[in-house]
This record gives sequence, C-alpha cells and structure tokens, in this order.
Amino acid sequence: MSDLLSKYTKEIQKILDKYPPERKRSAVMPLLFLAQRNEGYIREGALSEIGEILDLQETEVATLVGFYTLFHDQQAGSYRIQICTDLCCALRGSEEFLTGLCEALEIKPGETTRDGLVTIEEVKCLAACDKAPMYQVQGEAGISYHENCTVEGTLELISEWREVTPDQEELK
Amino acid sequence: MSEKVTLRIDDQQVTVEEGLKVVDAAKIAGIDISVFCYHPKLEAVGACRMCLVDIGRPQRDRNTGELILEADGTPQIYYSGILETACTVPVAEGMVVDTTSEMVTKSRQDILEFILTSHPLDCPVCDKGGECSLQDLTFNYGLSDSRFPLAEKIHLGKFLPLGDLITLDQERCIQCSRCIRFQKEIAADPVLAFYHRGRKANIVSYSNPPFDSYWSGNTTDLCPVGALTTKDFRFEARIWEMNASPSICSHCPVGCNITLNTRQDPKTGRKTIQRVMPRQNEWVNELWMCDKGRFAHQFTSSEERLTRPLARNAKGKLKPVSWGKAIKIAAENLKSHPDSLVTLVGGRLSNEDLYQLKLLTEGLSGKAVLNSYLAGGDLTAKVGLGKGTNLQDLGSGTAILVVACDLEEEAPLWWLRIKAAAERGAILIVANPRKTKLDRFANYILRYEYGKETQTILDLISKKGEVPRAFKEAENGLILYGAEGMDFVTSQELSGACANLLIKTNHVGRKNNGLIGVWPDANSQGAWDMGFTPEKDLADCLTGAESLIIAGADPIGDGIIEDLSGKFLLVQELFLTETAAQADLVLPVMAPTEKSGTFTSGERRVQRFETALPPQGECLADHEIATALGESLGLEMLKGSSEIMLEEITLNQPDYGSLTLEALCEVPEQRPIVDSDALSYTGTVFKNTSGVGVQLSPEAEKTEIILKKPSPSKRKIGKGTLAVPVTHLYDQGIMIRTSEILHPRLITYQLIINPKDADKKGFSDSSQVELKLGDKKYNAEIHLDPSVPEGVILIPRSMGIPLDGPERAVLGPAK
Amino acid sequence: MSEFVLLRHRDIPEIKELKGYQKQGGFEAFKKAVTKLDPNQVTEIIKTSGLRGRGGAGFPTGLKWSFMDPDNWPHYVIANADESEPGTFKDREIIEENPLQFLEGVAICSYAVGAQTAYIYLRGEFWQLAEFLDRKINQLEKASLLGENLFGTDYSLTIHTHLGAGAYICGEETALLESLEGKRGLPRLRPPFPPSYGLYGKPTVVNNVETLTNVPLILEHGAAWYRDLGTEDSAGVKIFSLSGRVKKPGNYELPFGSTFRELIYEHGGGILNDAKLKAILPAGASSAILRASDKVLDTPLEYASLRKLGSDLGSGSVIVIDETVSMDWVIKKTIDFFKHESCGKCTPCREGNYWMGYLTQELQSGVIKDDQVELLYDIARNIQGKCLCALGEFSVMGVLTSIKRFPEDFGREPK
Ligand SMILES: Cc1cc2nc3c(=O)[nH]c(=O)nc-3n(C[C@H](O)[C@H](O)[C@H](O)COP(=O)(O)O)c2cc1C
Ligand code: SF4
Ligand code: FES
Repeated sequence: MSDLLSKYTKEIQKILDKYPPERKRSAVMPLLFLAQRNEGYIREGALSEIGEILDLQETEVATLVGFYTLFHDQQAGSYRIQICTDLCCALRGSEEFLTGLCEALEIKPGETTRDGLVTIEEVKCLAACDKAPMYQVQGEAGISYHENCTVEGTLELISEWREVTPDQEELK
Repeated sequence: MSEKVTLRIDDQQVTVEEGLKVVDAAKIAGIDISVFCYHPKLEAVGACRMCLVDIGRPQRDRNTGELILEADGTPQIYYSGILETACTVPVAEGMVVDTTSEMVTKSRQDILEFILTSHPLDCPVCDKGGECSLQDLTFNYGLSDSRFPLAEKIHLGKFLPLGDLITLDQERCIQCSRCIRFQKEIAADPVLAFYHRGRKANIVSYSNPPFDSYWSGNTTDLCPVGALTTKDFRFEARIWEMNASPSICSHCPVGCNITLNTRQDPKTGRKTIQRVMPRQNEWVNELWMCDKGRFAHQFTSSEERLTRPLARNAKGKLKPVSWGKAIKIAAENLKSHPDSLVTLVGGRLSNEDLYQLKLLTEGLSGKAVLNSYLAGGDLTAKVGLGKGTNLQDLGSGTAILVVACDLEEEAPLWWLRIKAAAERGAILIVANPRKTKLDRFANYILRYEYGKETQTILDLISKKGEVPRAFKEAENGLILYGAEGMDFVTSQELSGACANLLIKTNHVGRKNNGLIGVWPDANSQGAWDMGFTPEKDLADCLTGAESLIIAGADPIGDGIIEDLSGKFLLVQELFLTETAAQADLVLPVMAPTEKSGTFTSGERRVQRFETALPPQGECLADHEIATALGESLGLEMLKGSSEIMLEEITLNQPDYGSLTLEALCEVPEQRPIVDSDALSYTGTVFKNTSGVGVQLSPEAEKTEIILKKPSPSKRKIGKGTLAVPVTHLYDQGIMIRTSEILHPRLITYQLIINPKDADKKGFSDSSQVELKLGDKKYNAEIHLDPSVPEGVILIPRSMGIPLDGPERAVLGPAK
Repeated sequence: MSEFVLLRHRDIPEIKELKGYQKQGGFEAFKKAVTKLDPNQVTEIIKTSGLRGRGGAGFPTGLKWSFMDPDNWPHYVIANADESEPGTFKDREIIEENPLQFLEGVAICSYAVGAQTAYIYLRGEFWQLAEFLDRKINQLEKASLLGENLFGTDYSLTIHTHLGAGAYICGEETALLESLEGKRGLPRLRPPFPPSYGLYGKPTVVNNVETLTNVPLILEHGAAWYRDLGTEDSAGVKIFSLSGRVKKPGNYELPFGSTFRELIYEHGGGILNDAKLKAILPAGASSAILRASDKVLDTPLEYASLRKLGSDLGSGSVIVIDETVSMDWVIKKTIDFFKHESCGKCTPCREGNYWMGYLTQELQSGVIKDDQVELLYDIARNIQGKCLCALGEFSVMGVLTSIKRFPEDFGREPK
C-alpha cells in the first residue's frame, strides 16, 4: 500500500465518496492537496501513488501540478506568505508592503528565509481587494487569509511561528 | 446513409455529408484551410485559431421559419462579423464560407505572427525543414520581419530526449496538443502532457520509461513543427534529398502500408533507409504505424548481413564461394538425396518467393513446410474475413472476440483498430488467462487457465449465457485468435473451435465477418495459401529429412532442434543464424526492402511492396535462388520478375485468381484526404499512390463450409509451475535486435512471473534465476508482473529459451 | 425585514447559524418548492423574476435552467465560487456570512433542474470557506434539509464542495467543468453548452454564488417583488465590490439603477485623500475602462446603460482609479494578470498576452515611445475576436480602452 493511502485512508475514502465511482479522476486535485499537506510540496513519488489510486498515468497527475499554482513541485519554507500585489491591492499599498516585509526579512520575493521558515511569494488577486494589504499563508494547516496587514504585525506572526516550528537548518 | 448538405465555399457549391466540419468539407472541395491543432482523426479542440474563416448563414423568419430572401430571390446571408474556426463548425444547408477574404487572410497572418513570437526560427538546423506546416504557412502568409524583438524570445529546452526514440525541442512547440491527444485518444497511452500553463507550458512524460508507448513515432508525423522528431532521423538528411518507395511493413501480420525514405549516403555512396513513414491505407493502418515497424529498419543495413554465398570447405569451415559454385554444390547434393527433401520456410518470404520454392520442392518431390507455432491457415482461407471488410467500419452491431493473444504485442495496429471499434460500440470479448491492455476496452473478459482455450470457445458454442448470446446475436462477428501459451497442436484445436463458432453463429462468408489468425510473421498467411503447412512435430520432420532447404527460418535458434548435421543443409538467410551456422551451404538473400513482391496479411489482403534499395553485396531474392536451383536441376521453372511470378500465382492459385497487378495498384478515394502539398491537415503521413491491395474472398463466400468440431486434447502436463510461451513486441528476434535505436526498449528478461510467486521464492524484479524445463537448465532474468496468474511463468518467444507449448518448470536460484 | 436581499447578515448576524436562519424563514422556500411546486414551476418563477447571472455574463437564469436536456440524466448543478476576477470579493462575503441562504439557493436550483448532486466549486484559496461550508452542509443533512427523501418526498439531494487550486480560468464555466473532472482547466468548445453537455457529459447548470443566493427570497416573496427592486432592464439587486482608491472599499448591495456617484461617493465615502476621480473599471480587470465624467457618474448601474457607455457591468467589481495613477501602469497590472492566467490553449491569448506583457513592461521602463503604444494597440486588436474563450477578449479591453480614452497617459495628445 502506498504511503498516502496508508496515512490518509479515511480522508481518501471521504474524498472518493464525493464523486461517481466511474469518475474518480475528479478526486485528483483533492488528493494532490493531501499529498502536499505534510511537506508543503508534492514529491514525485506521490504522483504515482495518486495515479495508482485513481487509475491514472503519472503524467496525467503531474500535468495538474504544473497547471495549478497552489500546487508546488519544489520545497520552500514551512510557511509560504503569498502577498497579493494585483491591481486592486497595489492601488492600496500592497507593493510597498511587500518591499517592506522583504527588507525586514532580508530576502527577495520568491526567496525563503535562512531558517527555512518563510517563503515570500507574490500572487494574483485573492478576492480580498477591500482589505489590502493582504496575503494568504499556505502551510501545513491549509490556507489562511490575513487582511489589512502591516509589516510589524506580520513579523510578529512570523516570530510566533518560529517558536513552534523547529529550525529547518538545525534539523539537517 | 447520412443526409447531404449543400453549402458554398469560396464560390464553389459543395455537397457533403451532414456532420462534417467546414474544414473537411473544404478539403473535399479542394480548398485547403490551414490548420495546426486540427487533425481529422483527432477530436477537434479549436485551439490554435489558424483555421478562422468567415461564415455566413441564411436568415430565417423567426415566426414562419421561412428563408428571408434578397431582392434577387437568393437567401439573405447573415455574417456575425466574428470569424469562426472551420475545424469546429459543422456544415449546414445554405452556409456560405469565405476562406480568402481580407479579414481571413489578415487573421492567418496575425495568428502566424503570434506563433512566431515564441518560435526559435531555427529552420536551418531543424529536421522538419521542408515538411513543416509552420514553415509552409509562414511562406504563404507571413510577414518577412518580426515585430517582436528577437532578443526577448522565450527560451526553452532544446534536443531533449523524450524517451528513447523521440527528441523534443521545447521552444519549437506551438502547443497544438496533437501529440498529447494522439496518445490519449488513439493510442490510449496518456503518457504525454503539458507541464505549466500559458506560454511556459511544455511537453513532458512521467512514464517509466519516459514516453512509454508503442506508438510514439506517430506523434512526430502529427507534430506540425519540428518539436518532436525521431532519433533515427536526427540530422541525417534533408527531406528533399530522399526517395520515397512504397512498401509493406514486414514485422507482423497486419501489413501496414509504409513509405521507405532512402538516400544515397554521400560518404559511402550506399543507398540506405533514412526513415520509415506510414502510408495511408484506411483499410489497413489508416495513417499510423507502430514503433517497431518504424524503427526496426536498421536490420536491412546491418553490418551483420550475409552478402556472399558460403559453402563448407574440406576443413568444415564456411567460406565464400561464387554463385555459380554455390548453385552447383546445391544441385549436386539435392540430386544425391532425392527422396526426402524438406523445404522449411518462414513467414517473412514474399508470395513470389514461396511460389517458386514450392515449385522447386514439388519438382523434387519434397515436403513444403511452414515454420509457424500458430495453426489454422487452412481455416482462414475458408472462413477468413469476408471481402470488403474494414475494421474501421465496425462499431455497434459487431461482436469481436480476441482469444489467446496479446494484440498490442503481436499485431499492434489491430490492437489500435479493435480498440477503436470497441469505442464505437462494438462488443468486445477478450479471452486470455491474464490481463492485457485490450481488457480496458472489453465488454466481456473471459479468464481461463492456460490449456483451456479450446474448451472456452467450445463453451461459447454449446452453453447459454450473456457472452454466447452477445456473440451470436451480433449482426457481424469476427474472431482474432493467437497462440499464447499454446503449441501447434493445441492451436489447431483452438482455430477449429473458433471457425466452428463463426459458422454456428452465421458469421462467415460475409463482409465484416470471419476469422483472423494473429500470425508470427508478415506473410504466414501467404505461405499457407502458397501450399506450405506447419508440421505437428517439426523436429521429427526435420530429423527425418535427408536434405533440407531452409529459407527465412531458424529452427536451431528457436530451439526446435539442436543438431542438423549429417544431412545436406541449404539455408537462405539474411544473417548467419544458428541454423545457417550449421549449414553446408548458406545463400545470402535480399531483405524485403531490396526486392518487390507481395505479402498476404492476416486479413487476407494481398499488398505489394516495391524495391527501395539495391541488394546488399551479392544477395539474391529467395525466388531467384529457387529458380536458379530448379533450372540447374533440370526442372521447368518460371523465370522473371516478381510481377511475372505474381501473374503465374493468379493463374495457379484459385484463391488468388481475382488478383491482377492493376487491381493491387488501385487507389480508391480515401478519407481523410492526404495531400503532400497541404501538410498541416494530416501531417507527414504519406499519400498512397501505389495501391491499397486486394482482399481475397474466403471460400465461405462461395460454398458452405462444414467442419468437424474439435475436441480439446486431454494432454496431461502434470503438477507444479507451468511455463507457457507468449509473444512480445520488443523481443530479441534477429530483425529487431539488429536495429540499434530500439535497443534500450528491448526486453532483457526471459521469464515473467507474478510478484507473489517471486516473494515466496525470495526473488525480486531482475533477479537472475535458474529455470529447469524438462532436463534442460537455463539461466534467466525475471520480470515481475501482477497480471500473470500465480503458478505460471510466461516465457517470451525469441528470448533464447525455447518453449513450444505449456510445460512444467522449476525455478531456483541462479547457480 | 432586512434591508438587504443578499447581505442580510449585515443586519441579522445570527442568520449565519441554522437556527437564526430558520427563524428568518430559512429553508421554507426550499420546502415549499419540493413539496408544493413542480420543478418547472420553480424555473418559471425565476424566469419571470428577471434574475440574470451575476457571474459576469448576465445570462437570464431561469432561461438557462429551462435548457437542461430532459433526455439525458443525471443532471448536475454547480455553484461557481471561483471568484478570481481582480476586484471581485462578493461571493466570499456571502459564503462567509450568509452561507445558508446560498446553500438553500443551490438546493432550490437543484430541485428545479432535477439534479440530485450539486457541487460547489471554490477557488483553492477558499480552503477555509470550503471547510466551513462542509460543516454547514453537514448540519443541514443532520436537520434533514439535505439528503435522502427530503420532506417526505422522493427527492434527494447531496451537495459537495470541491476546491480548485489557483487558476482564474477555472471560473469560466467549461474550464471549471474540466477542472472538476480532474483535468487541466482548459475551456471547452461551445456549443455544446453545459445544460446539454456539462459535467461528465451530463446536463449541468453552472451559476454564480450571488445568482443562487437570490433564489430563496424570490421564491419567498415572488417574482414581481424581485423585479420591482431593480429597473426595467435589470431586475433586482446587485452586490458591487468596490475597491481601489476609495475611502471605504467593500461590498455594497444596491438595487439596479443606482449610480456610480452613489456607489463611490455615498457608500464608498469618496476618493482617498479627496483626490480627483480619474477612471472606473466597472467589471474588474477585464473592464473596458471608463474615463470619469459627470455623465459616467450619473449613469444608472444596469446592464444596458453600461453597455451604452462602451463598457460592461460584469460581476459588478468596481475598481476606482484616481488622478495619482497612470493608466499605463494600470494596464501593465491587468496584463500581468492575464498573462499569468492565460491557460495557453489558444494562440492569440497565450502569445498575445506574453507580447503585451513585454510591451506594457517596456512602457514602464522610461520614456514612452509612440510606436510601441501603436504596436501595443495593434496587438490587442489582433487578439480581439480570435480567442477560444472570453479570457482572451477580456485581456485586451483595458489596453484598447485606456489607450483610446486616456491618450495623455501614453504620451499622446489628449483628444
Ligand atoms: C475567464 C472567465 C472567468 C470567469 N470567472 C468567473 C467566476 O469566478 N465566477 C463566476 O461565477 N463566473 C465566472 N465566469 C463566468 C462563468 O463562465 C459563467 O458564465 C457563470 O458562472 C454563470 O453563472 P451566472 O449565470 O450565474 O452568472 C467567468 C468567465 C470567464 C470567461
Ligand atoms: S510538440 Fe508538436 S504536436 Fe505536441 S503540442 Fe507541441 S507542436 Fe503540438
Ligand atoms: S483552431 Fe481550428 S485548426 Fe486549430
């Protein structure tokens, strides 16, 4: 039995139950989210496991990872802070916010902090245009929204995370 | 018959079948609408937007439904002002299509300009140059300068291996998705896909090995640009330097129509095959061919080919001799052993070769024997496919039974077409002890134990139930039978049972009905028809002979017999096979590419191939050798070209009586229309200009056939693990082993077993083991496959372990 | 009664909970439909109400329901909660705050078209919302308001959530279907439209969240009541998502026929720093951009009037631009978006946005060269009318209209 299947037997069954049995391919994106849950990205091995569960070729699974931006094929920080810098947010200061936060963390957009905790990414509109600056955090606990943000508040949040997350560098 | 629709395309009145797309209707009218993503055999996606045309429709009064007329009485035509994709819009009565208006021309220029913004423009080093749709269309419509700065072009990977056979150039890809769709829709191997999206998207394959499909070469024909090219052709030649010879693939009984592209090598001066391309034949292979046929052509130019006659000298060594000497040696020896000549042939010989060899053998009162593990060629002549059958026409109303074979491995194109028939609604019954790829498309799967194949078919005759009913009640019924797990005797029983089933269910003597043998070779059926028949006990037969002519067969290499010394052994061969190595006289023969002639396919379609290459060294055609031998023995032999021989065959073989050279060369209209000047429509597949062949009538069309019902032999095989022979496409047979490009894909294992059996013995994939078969021992490599029944070992043929039929075996650790 | 039709939580916060919602008559409309009305009657009421799709295209909702192929079963209903158009954030508020009214709308629609399974397709970022909806659905099942044999009839309904994973194109209904089937979100050819060939090839209604949330109250108060809320052209109410350079961005539910002036100045509190209003994008990033003027400000917000202005109402996402912002920057932003979101299936959209992306970036990097503006305009025009789906057409709207309507921002003489 594959890792995924043994780890999430119940969840997988629940997901499969949503779709007609002969259409179980529909479950591929939910399963990819599941595969991404632990490491924050999708290992190549998970592709074949999902393929096996759903009777799909690995290629058919991989193509979705490439298409959808919330799936990642590369490891990044434990928390991905994804800041909306799209039109409406940019009209309300999100680009300045991004710059400020990156300076404070001493990284550039797209990069990960040295301790492996946080990756800062720019994203397109997140449907929170009235509450800019805003970002979502993609991490182990799924995706959460943070709105009307400030650099200070965000740094505080990061230090809270730091307390509960072991240092990636030290782990190695 | 479908309804007809009349429309106007560029001032031409066109009447076509309802449901056709505008682009196809235009093609029929001789008007080319340029396309990139559209392909008549693939589902339309309307993606590239190259085919945008201006479409007007007659206006109707909303209340009365009547046509609104202009002052001059013609219908008023409404144009939306927005161009529409000709590849997705179906034709409609009264429609008016403009493919040349200013707006349409401008639109094509715009789309080309868009495509070219990301295209590397590396035509000088592109293998597609000269047959690239993008190049051609840019030439026709394009603007000469680029408004997009060259320096800003997106750059992606170049010359990436996409599997072992195909090379991918990512930046040339125009994202038409033809390759992806072919793999999914036609080949049912969805192992290609885009990764990323938008301009960044590129073709990837995550299968193991990458691009794991027997059909990969076809994607290079479909690719409208040079994104996908075959490895064997890379940087080898320019399109315009090559000759094109129509030919027939010699690797399996389907008989795919192909074109051999040849060129004089500037360095060696030798003419060689540069590539093998499919040639349209909608009755046989449509526009496709499998990778074995496409890439296993290197055997013709192999360094290992025999090029001069060899005779055994006083020291027992094979040494070159002249043809005159060779023929003399042969004649003398054949004369001195007059009574017990056996001529053993393989199914790769042409009908003409076989006919002459038969004449020679008869003249010497010898026995004409065919090397085939599959029986039933006499039955296919009686109840084979009815004349006029086209697997492509089959769909609902037809029942197809495939028994004891793994079609994709044994006759790939049939797999493709049977699968497509099932998708069109034909009832597919797959009977095999293990899962094969065809199972996915089957309505019914019959699993039996190895050894129970005949009983399984007899049960369909005698028992009631859903499957027997489905087969019986279908308007059309056909059966493809093979010899998986069987020897000649059991295969004879199976073929008999299949023929009986067809007769009992009234599925003989009519178009789209009948029996097909999944033969080991391209012309096994022709060999039966020419009067060669397999022997129940071939080893016994060979042992009993005093002199032997063996042409295109390797009984020693196949493990049928170990030793043929003490007789006069004459071998006609391409290579120094194990049998040839024991011969007294080895005569080098032409490859099929070096001669002309005909093959008879498993569908009993006689098809002609033409000479593409000059013979290697001093090689002669098998029939030429037979003629020379006969003459030197004082027999009256027919002399001349293969065409003259064909005529003789039609005079003397009743079944072949209807054949004429003209009929063989006839090219009826085919759809889709393949047109070498409009590559964008069907890709680089070759147009058929030299004939689609002639399907023979089975006897059942003329007389009622009555057969004795076979009873399955009650042979005891004993208990324990059962070893059975199976056929694999990429085995290590001589014709494929000599083609280097396929090497990485050839199987290396000799045994396939269920992982559970392996577990019990502590073996894993690729373990080296010892196999005991009777009193023989072999070292072998294991491959694991969960679809193999437990307690069974599959032994692929041509992998060095001779196994004639099911046999008890013992597996142990390698010593 | 609440002053709202959709944002009722604003004056009845407890409506978020089942008890509170039921106190307001929640699920009575669904019960009435299932026990007293024939499915066609429900569709008829929606038709008469004049409700049009709020997802952008404004297609008459009842009419869409009536197109469901009666000879092909099963039927499906899909609520489109992909909400990814820059400037749109109304569906999220509905789901967060008034989830039960939305779910009741899904249920009624399902009954009307004979669907026993409905999916809510949420953009992947709405991960928490999906979990929240799952809990609500669970409650409804426990309360026998969803599930088998509802209200003692033989009608059964299951609602599932399904998350996308970051692709604006999946808001396009056929791309959504592909995505829900487990494929890349590439738009399909149309026709056939979803009501004849939708999810798994079966007849399917796809409706926007806001559209469906209107349905329970229409059933409760009647078609005429709803019609009367709006204008002749556009019936009922609409949520306008107001964002950009305004003091009070947010969602505002207004009857059709209100004006931009009311929306921006009364509700939105005017422009940030009291700067001058310069431009309005009435339909998010895909808008044909309007140059602010009194005429524009006093135009009634309804489908026809906006079309007359040379724009569209879309999903009612009003982005406000003030005098501090240059339009070449605005279109750089919109093109960045479309370039990122183009699925790549069709050539003009894929290559054209890549090209426009290069050109709009160039315009940012220094002196604006007129021939580049000309080229940009030409490229946009060449994309227009050639794309497979509306995304490509959307992408050029901002470019064409801003170059034309704000020439001074592109180094050209104002007209
Ligand atoms: C590129 C594109 C994105 C779209 N995004 C959404 C969306 O996020 N939400 C939505 O409801 N409709 C969206 N639509 C419109 C849908 O295709 C569809 O018309 C709508 O969901 C139908 O629902 P309605 O009739 O209730 O408006 C989008 C359309 C396009 C072309
Ligand atoms: S590789 Fe060729 S066939 Fe495949 S999508 Fe690209 S251009 Fe089309
Ligand atoms: S869109 Fe018609 S051929 Fe590509």
